[in-house]
Amino acid sequence: MYDTPKLESETVTDEVKISARGCQVHYGDNHAIKDVDIDIQDKTVTSFIGPSGCGKSTFLRCLNRMNDTIDICRVQGNITLDGQDIYDPRVDPVQLRARVGMVFQKPNPFPKSIYDNVAYGPKIHGMARNKADLDGIVEKSLRRAAIWDEVKDRLGAPGTGLSGGQQQRLCIARAVATEPEVLLMDEPCSALDPIATAQVEELIDELRQDYSVVIVTHSMQQAARVSQKTAFFHLGNLVEYGDTGQIFTNPADTRTESYITGRIG
Amino acid sequence: MPAIWLTLAVLALATAGYVLGRARALTSAGGDSRKLHSLPSYYGIHVFLFTAAPALALLALWILVQPLIIERAVSTHLPERVFSGNADRGLVMSDVRRVANGLDLAVSQGAMTTEYARTVRTELTDVRERLGEVGVAVGSDIGPEVLRAAQNYRSLAARGDLLRSLTIAVLALGGLLVSIIRTTRDFRARNVVEQAILGLLLLSATIAILTTIGIVFSLIFNTVEFFGLYPAWDFFLGLTWSPSFGGGSELGIFPLLWGTFYISLIALAVSVPIGLFAAVYLSEYASPHVRSVAKPLIEVLAGIPTIVYGLFALLTVGPLLMRVFGDGGVGIMQAGTAVMTAGLVMGIMLIPFVSSLSDDIINAVPQAMRDGSLGLGATRSETVRQVVLPAALPGIVGAILLAASRAIGETMIVVMGAGAAARLSMNPFDAMTTVTAKIVSQLTGDADFASPEALVAFALGMTLFVITLGLNVLALYIVRRYREQYE
Amino acid sequence: MTDATVPPAVARPGLFEGDARTRKRNAAERRFRLYGMIAVGAGLFFLVTLLFAIVSNGIGAFQQTSFTLRVEMREDVLDKPGNRNIEDIKAVKTFAYKPLLRAAILREIEGNGIDTPLSGAKIVGFSSDLDKLLSDGAAAKLRNQVLANPELIGRTVEVTVLASSRVDGYLKGRVTRESIARDKNLDAEHLDLVDVLRGAGVVGKGINTAFITGTDASDARPEQAGMGVSILGSFFMMLVVLLLALPIGVAASIYLEEFAPQNRFTDLIEVNISNLAAVPSIVFGILGLAVFIQFMHLPQSAPLVGGLVLTLMTLPTIIISTRASLKSVPPSIRDAALGVGASKMQAVFHHVLPLAMPGILTGTIIGLAQALGETAPLLLIGMVGYIASNYPDGVGAGFLDPNSAMPAQIYEWAKRADPAFYERAWGGIIVLLVFLAAMNILAIILRRRFERRW
Repeated sequence: MYDTPKLESETVTDEVKISARGCQVHYGDNHAIKDVDIDIQDKTVTSFIGPSGCGKSTFLRCLNRMNDTIDICRVQGNITLDGQDIYDPRVDPVQLRARVGMVFQKPNPFPKSIYDNVAYGPKIHGMARNKADLDGIVEKSLRRAAIWDEVKDRLGAPGTGLSGGQQQRLCIARAVATEPEVLLMDEPCSALDPIATAQVEELIDELRQDYSVVIVTHSMQQAARVSQKTAFFHLGNLVEYGDTGQIFTNPADTRTESYITGRIG
Repeated sequence: MPAIWLTLAVLALATAGYVLGRARALTSAGGDSRKLHSLPSYYGIHVFLFTAAPALALLALWILVQPLIIERAVSTHLPERVFSGNADRGLVMSDVRRVANGLDLAVSQGAMTTEYARTVRTELTDVRERLGEVGVAVGSDIGPEVLRAAQNYRSLAARGDLLRSLTIAVLALGGLLVSIIRTTRDFRARNVVEQAILGLLLLSATIAILTTIGIVFSLIFNTVEFFGLYPAWDFFLGLTWSPSFGGGSELGIFPLLWGTFYISLIALAVSVPIGLFAAVYLSEYASPHVRSVAKPLIEVLAGIPTIVYGLFALLTVGPLLMRVFGDGGVGIMQAGTAVMTAGLVMGIMLIPFVSSLSDDIINAVPQAMRDGSLGLGATRSETVRQVVLPAALPGIVGAILLAASRAIGETMIVVMGAGAAARLSMNPFDAMTTVTAKIVSQLTGDADFASPEALVAFALGMTLFVITLGLNVLALYIVRRYREQYE
Repeated sequence: MTDATVPPAVARPGLFEGDARTRKRNAAERRFRLYGMIAVGAGLFFLVTLLFAIVSNGIGAFQQTSFTLRVEMREDVLDKPGNRNIEDIKAVKTFAYKPLLRAAILREIEGNGIDTPLSGAKIVGFSSDLDKLLSDGAAAKLRNQVLANPELIGRTVEVTVLASSRVDGYLKGRVTRESIARDKNLDAEHLDLVDVLRGAGVVGKGINTAFITGTDASDARPEQAGMGVSILGSFFMMLVVLLLALPIGVAASIYLEEFAPQNRFTDLIEVNISNLAAVPSIVFGILGLAVFIQFMHLPQSAPLVGGLVLTLMTLPTIIISTRASLKSVPPSIRDAALGVGASKMQAVFHHVLPLAMPGILTGTIIGLAQALGETAPLLLIGMVGYIASNYPDGVGAGFLDPNSAMPAQIYEWAKRADPAFYERAWGGIIVLLVFLAAMNILAIILRRRFERRW
């Protein structure tokens, strides 16, 4: 089932959403990301692939400044969202993260009810004027995450009681509830079984209608299935970036070729 | 033979046994230790243990039991008339013991001969004066019955000691003999020794249980005795605490519970917000450098003995509060020792307790929770208040319960800082007293142990024990459940 | 699969201009952070205040005021027969030495040409105004000096005797002219005299080693009180705790961690230990009183009993820390030992225990430090209220004779009426804290030195 051809790309726009120039990341003494330049397009699924420790997750976390929460991490270079530098001192990371949402490797629902999990973001950002508004946002988000039908009768139940796949879709619902423009996903399926993975992948393709989605994945098949653009990272360098089809069928760099044929990794 | 010599003798015998056993094992193997089942030293230890362990165990038991038996024997022979008036059996017996000890001392110092001590009569000599010469003070005049009982006590004790020495000697020699005979080259000395050591380890572990049993029994017996003298109903529901050693005391626990509760409440009101906010700041905000300095410094407060806090309350905080709230200031404080004084100082003492427990608990909340919240664009404080603290809530409740139990059981600060008057008042600047403070004052006075005024301390102790135990069990249960959730 | 519509475009400001709501949220964030800093600051403030109170109040105890007087040891008073027979000299009571001291003070007054109403004070008699300057123990000290060296009789000897606690307090600023207005123990003219004598070098403050090595003194002589005996009492108690709690605690931990089967009895022990760790210390005092003193008739106020009570109290702490260090030894070490044919017991005693030893010792030292500062149980077994005025003679007496302990001695001083004892109590706390700090630093060094990363 992993050899299914990638979903055909329909509406690849050329509008650049996020752009990075000369991005460097240091973890203490470790030079984790070396001089990365990349343009991520709107309404496109972009996947970051590469062997473990190549820096793809680190780079992903630069895009919504989650690395700020780690004391020893330093980011240099220039990253813009819609042309605005996100590391500008005037930028409030809190506002930035409302626009660049994130879904994590392990499903991490809060120990609250399903409803409160989804309502958390809209509440803190003041997106609802009243309870009815909030109810609407929660329902809409759960529907977008394709989990509404499974949980609509138990919105008051704790989010931690759901199955792994449901939890991850709940986390996606939680992320889309703040109506972000970009959705970052850090190996969202690595803790899930194949059926749940398939559901989430289908969902990612749906989400492309409205968002720019960036997904870090260990699975080349997954990258091939869900993304239109693929970036290959190796030892902190962005080795190759291009259309997914081209990367997987006709890589320009020998390292990319070695990786996708299974020689490094 | 005194117990210490007996012990040394047994140990000497056992050491000799070690050498013998080791030698015998080697001989049985023809001097070739490779033919033995175990290493030679195990054979030695085997003999040592069999010689010393049963003998010393019996000795310890004997030391505990012999006085009880003798006391009962002597006590039943005392004629009824010595109990005339209100002298009770315990008091007379303590006189008997003191006279007996005095006679022992007099003999050992050469002030009396053994024979004289055995036969002296109060009708002929002033024994009290003779004992006074060797430094034994006896409160009242020694009656002939008491002296005779004391002599009886001494002769029984001497007989018991002789019997003890003989029995112990037989047991030690028997153990030595049996274990030596058993020692041959095929004897599994290591296994036997290891079993014995395992037994010793188990015995050590059961000390925890024995301690609990000791606590429970010493509280229960005396409490039951107290309730025989003073109705339990009045104790638990009485609104007045006014012990008077002349009799006619009112011993209601309620004012003491109120004082305990009030002081603990103030202590928690100080320590919980400060401790909790400090823990949150240190674990969520502070740089590693600040954390590595501030955290140990705050924990220094936990290492300071309570006597220091007591003195701080009595001599520093009390006078300071007095200057603000006393007659010269607001005028609602009569003396430096008050509920507020003790509560504030106890609160300071509990800050590190609350903060380090909360710190552990907050750190147990998985980082993924924080990432999830921060990734949605929540600020750190929103993350802490709406995700971390609710997730950590059960653990924090447990920590607060443990702190409450600490506050309720704290003694020195309230003894020195809270005052001595049992009072039902709402004014936090009044002096009040607590269960622990009254345990101390009832047991350190000159009251005799059989009076309800002294025995009430055990009932207070029982109440304290039950309350703190309940809080601890509940808190530990909650904290454990909480930890399991994230493991 | 989903019928959700494209979200309506929310009017979002650019990244560079924060909206009002974000500003409000950030203000809340700063407030919250501030509360945290205030809390940490409050904790540190209390610590500093406490330490400041201790040091500023207690440092005075390490200095003591004394008079340096040239005393004429008159033969006609001290040795009437004149043949230096020690029995005759002993027959002269302390009382007879007082006039010698008074005369010496008067000589200083005259010699320095001081104009004071006290120059007319009586030399002989039961009491004199001059006595208020000196400690009650001054005459006794003089007598002891003479008894130790009868050759002094007939000569004029320079001796150093303690000043009374009021004079001492005056030099340390504790006693002021206002505070003695209602004090019958000292008058203003005494202070005038002390001021002049101080200038003449007769009165002065010196280092007070007697505070650390000396014995406790009665209510009337705070200037003589020291904590040497109670330090010994604490020492013997700690010895009992160390000798009992360490082996028993280690044995119990080894059993629970390495050998105990999973059954209800083991559970019972574990629950017991964790609960005992949280039982109020006063309850252990009740246990000691009921079991060791009432039931077993061990002597009251004896360090042995105190040590036994503190052992039971410290055991849970030691067991918990010992188990943690045993647990931190990786199972591979046990497997390695078992793999070469060692028995389980040998594996534990030869390999696991030595590796866990630094951790065990660290835990034991911390438990001992905790026991050293504990006061409440000692109240109930009679170690408070006992005046520790004699050194124990010998090791056996050290364990069995009535004694006090450092925290008990501090409590005893704090209870006394004369404020001069408060200075002693604070000073005692400094001594106690120095011991505790030393033990904790030792524990930290042990941990740093032998810390092992697996």
